[in-house]
Amino acid sequence: MAVIRGKQLDLTKVRPYGDSINDGALQLSFTLPIPLTPEAVEAARQMAQKLGLRDPSVVHSQDLGGFSFFIVYGHTDRSVDMTQIQVPKVEGKVFSRPEADQEIRRRFGRLLVVVGACIGTDAHTVGIDAIMNMKGYKGHYGLERYVMIDARNLGAQVPPEALLDYAIKHRADAMLVSQVVTEKGFHRQNLSRMVELVEASGIRDHMILICGGPRIEHKLALELGYDAGFGRGTYAEHVASFIIDKMTERGLT
Amino acid sequence: MHLGLDPGKIRHAREIARAITEPILIKILAHTTDSVERATLRLMGLDGADEDDIPYPNILVRHLRDRLGEGLAPLVAQAAKDRGLSLRELAYGVSEEKIDLRDFQPADRDAAGAECERLLRENIRRVERQVAARDGFVRELGQGEPPWLYVIVATGNIYEDVVQAQMAARQGADIIAVIRSTAQSLLDYVPEGITTTGFGGTYATQANFRVMREALDEVSREVGRYIRLVNYASGLCMPEIAAMGALERLDMMLNDSMYGILFRDINPLRTFIDQHLSRMISAYARIIINTGEDNYLTTADAVEAAHTVLASDLINERFAHEAGLPADLMGLGHAFEVYPEMTDSYLYELAQALLIREVFPDHPIKFMPPTKHMTGDIFRGYALNAMFNFTGVLTGQSIQLLGMLTEAMHTPFLMDRALAINNARLMFNAARHLAENLEIKPHSWLLQRSAEVLDRAITMLERIAEIGLFQAIADGMFADIKRPPEGGKGGDGVVLKSADYANPLLKILTEKVHGRH
Ligand code: B12
Repeated sequence: MAVIRGKQLDLTKVRPYGDSINDGALQLSFTLPIPLTPEAVEAARQMAQKLGLRDPSVVHSQDLGGFSFFIVYGHTDRSVDMTQIQVPKVEGKVFSRPEADQEIRRRFGRLLVVVGACIGTDAHTVGIDAIMNMKGYKGHYGLERYVMIDARNLGAQVPPEALLDYAIKHRADAMLVSQVVTEKGFHRQNLSRMVELVEASGIRDHMILICGGPRIEHKLALELGYDAGFGRGTYAEHVASFIIDKMTERGLT
Repeated sequence: MHLGLDPGKIRHAREIARAITEPILIKILAHTTDSVERATLRLMGLDGADEDDIPYPNILVRHLRDRLGEGLAPLVAQAAKDRGLSLRELAYGVSEEKIDLRDFQPADRDAAGAECERLLRENIRRVERQVAARDGFVRELGQGEPPWLYVIVATGNIYEDVVQAQMAARQGADIIAVIRSTAQSLLDYVPEGITTTGFGGTYATQANFRVMREALDEVSREVGRYIRLVNYASGLCMPEIAAMGALERLDMMLNDSMYGILFRDINPLRTFIDQHLSRMISAYARIIINTGEDNYLTTADAVEAAHTVLASDLINERFAHEAGLPADLMGLGHAFEVYPEMTDSYLYELAQALLIREVFPDHPIKFMPPTKHMTGDIFRGYALNAMFNFTGVLTGQSIQLLGMLTEAMHTPFLMDRALAINNARLMFNAARHLAENLEIKPHSWLLQRSAEVLDRAITMLERIAEIGLFQAIADGMFADIKRPPEGGKGGDGVVLKSADYANPLLKILTEKVHGRH
């Protein structure tokens, strides 16, 4: 257990750290839909108090022309138990590109077909391109660059039905689904629809199904029925490695 | 702060841009589209929708699908007159299948043309009144000093948008853009009426335009400054939205000659034809267009592709010119999108901002903030936006689209927008007259870089002139995105004009625009 300035850090009771251990310091900002008055400042203070902040102090306020904006500091006495937290993660070794090609040769002895698209009305291609296109992202080459992967990126605004048809036609080993627009739960609807279609088509057992996007977490992906979900900071090698391992685990050849 | 680029080169670049657009223009003039015909009907005064919410202009265009090449407006005008009906009553009759115009032939084609022209002129008077009203507001109240502070609202609910827009104006914004709902650009019709739900934005409808315009007029009087309104004349309904914007006094329109092709996969020829009429309408209504070159830097690298922005600005400029838009209505776009963690990234930004300013001295150029490299670290984002705002005032940009610290997360919250305005006002005020005191060192890196970007833009334009713009787009020369000429949505709405194609709108717009300048 870590010791900080003579005080023991209790992992069952972790609190935010501002200036000293367990001070529970927090900063927050928000607007209230009321004009700025001394009463509005007090309302902001009470708001923070009701959020559980001890000694909240409104350090800044601005009239927004009808509404009011506040920056508030305070302390919390609440804590979290780190020892009880478990987050599902994509685990396993990450192969470099040459390693991945070698593993595919060794384990499957054939090209793996990977199809991908950003589905629905979502027009954001940069994320799926980063994973799939030759050029890759931040110096990490994309799947098209892999000798043993036949990567087919259908781009954005692809209807789920079209992606499925394509996957069936080309006997895809893995399907990559991107969703960037998340406003009003847009992505959940689209992602669920995709899973439903894949399941109804009877190819779910033979195909690794992966989703990704800046607001996608692995946990959400599992809940929706995907094999994995990848968020910010993902590169092609993470995805390739996962596909290889998952196919082996499932006994796919 | 002047770069002193070779004016001969800039002139040469413009000449090539002209050579590039010339063959496209011939195609534009030879064709019409669904949306061109619908826009014409709208400017004749037809609006409204049937019980299934299908707009009347769509009903008539669908009904007369096979006759698009003749030009629908005179046929419709005469058919209504013959029956003693209003256009709306006529469209209602068609939608109820009580009226069939498919074989309708006006007794006298010239009379039909005259009737159509009468209706158009009657309606277009409203556009003229709007232009006069805008001039009156600016004369009476004045307007902000450039760079103009441009912010977006995007709640999905026009009434909520109004609250946020008025507040932004009180905080110091000069321009309010209402972002459209996700994927409206792919709708082949303009929704009707006031709307209160949308995704990532609010539907562009004529009724929503009116609601927001009224709200901004009200707040303009309150703050003593004319507040401009922006929407998007883009997508499959480009000219129709331009028409609606002209009628409702929008002041600016996002309107690009290639954005729809590249970023929405709309058919290239359809886009070229539609942008032409939309710009003719905007010229008539004195609406500033905003082009979308900034977007290229989201799919391509800002350092590597800097010249593509300039090349495209020059092409957009030429297309705009062909449609009768004067330079003071051309809000050509560029952006602050260099990867910030790179050493000297700021020098690249400065070189580019100075370059675009110098090549387009009389244009209200539009400067876009960092978006692609914004992350969930809102504090870093706020710092980047400060650098961006500093650059805007230092290099004399005209329209400053304010960056939001929460760009990587959601469409702006009220406080995000307020903080963005604080940031811009602080920078603009603090550095208002800085540029007058500075000079760029001869032979400095800034000069070399901007000259290099200009050279590369010229090389690119020369290449495009050689292979043709359609092929350049198919080859992925813009934004690293490849779009084949025959592909894309809305291609089936492009129709070759027949020899007797008639559309008095084109004549009215041309004579007025050319008469004025
Ligand atoms: C570039 C951009 C655009 C460009 C897209 C160009 C293109 N061809 O992609 C354009 C201008 C077209 C655009 C349009 C719109 N956009 Co936009 N856009 C952005 C922007 C600035 C950057 C996105 C980006 O390229 N990031 C870089 C890539 C590499 O990151 P990434 O997508 O997260 O991808 C990584 C991971 O997530 C992961 N990943 C992604 N997908 C997948 C898939 C798989 C299978 C795997 C394994 C991994 C994976 O790997 C990638 C590499 O690490 C963001 C803001 C931001 N800074 O994030 C807004 C943003 C995403 N856009 C937004 C919106 C609202 C829109 C519009 C709806 C606006 C409108 N009303 O018209 C339209 C969309 C229209 C439509 N039909 O979709 C919002 C989304 C809000 C939300 N949470 O829903 C954002 C956050 C901006 C904002 N604050 O409003 N946009």
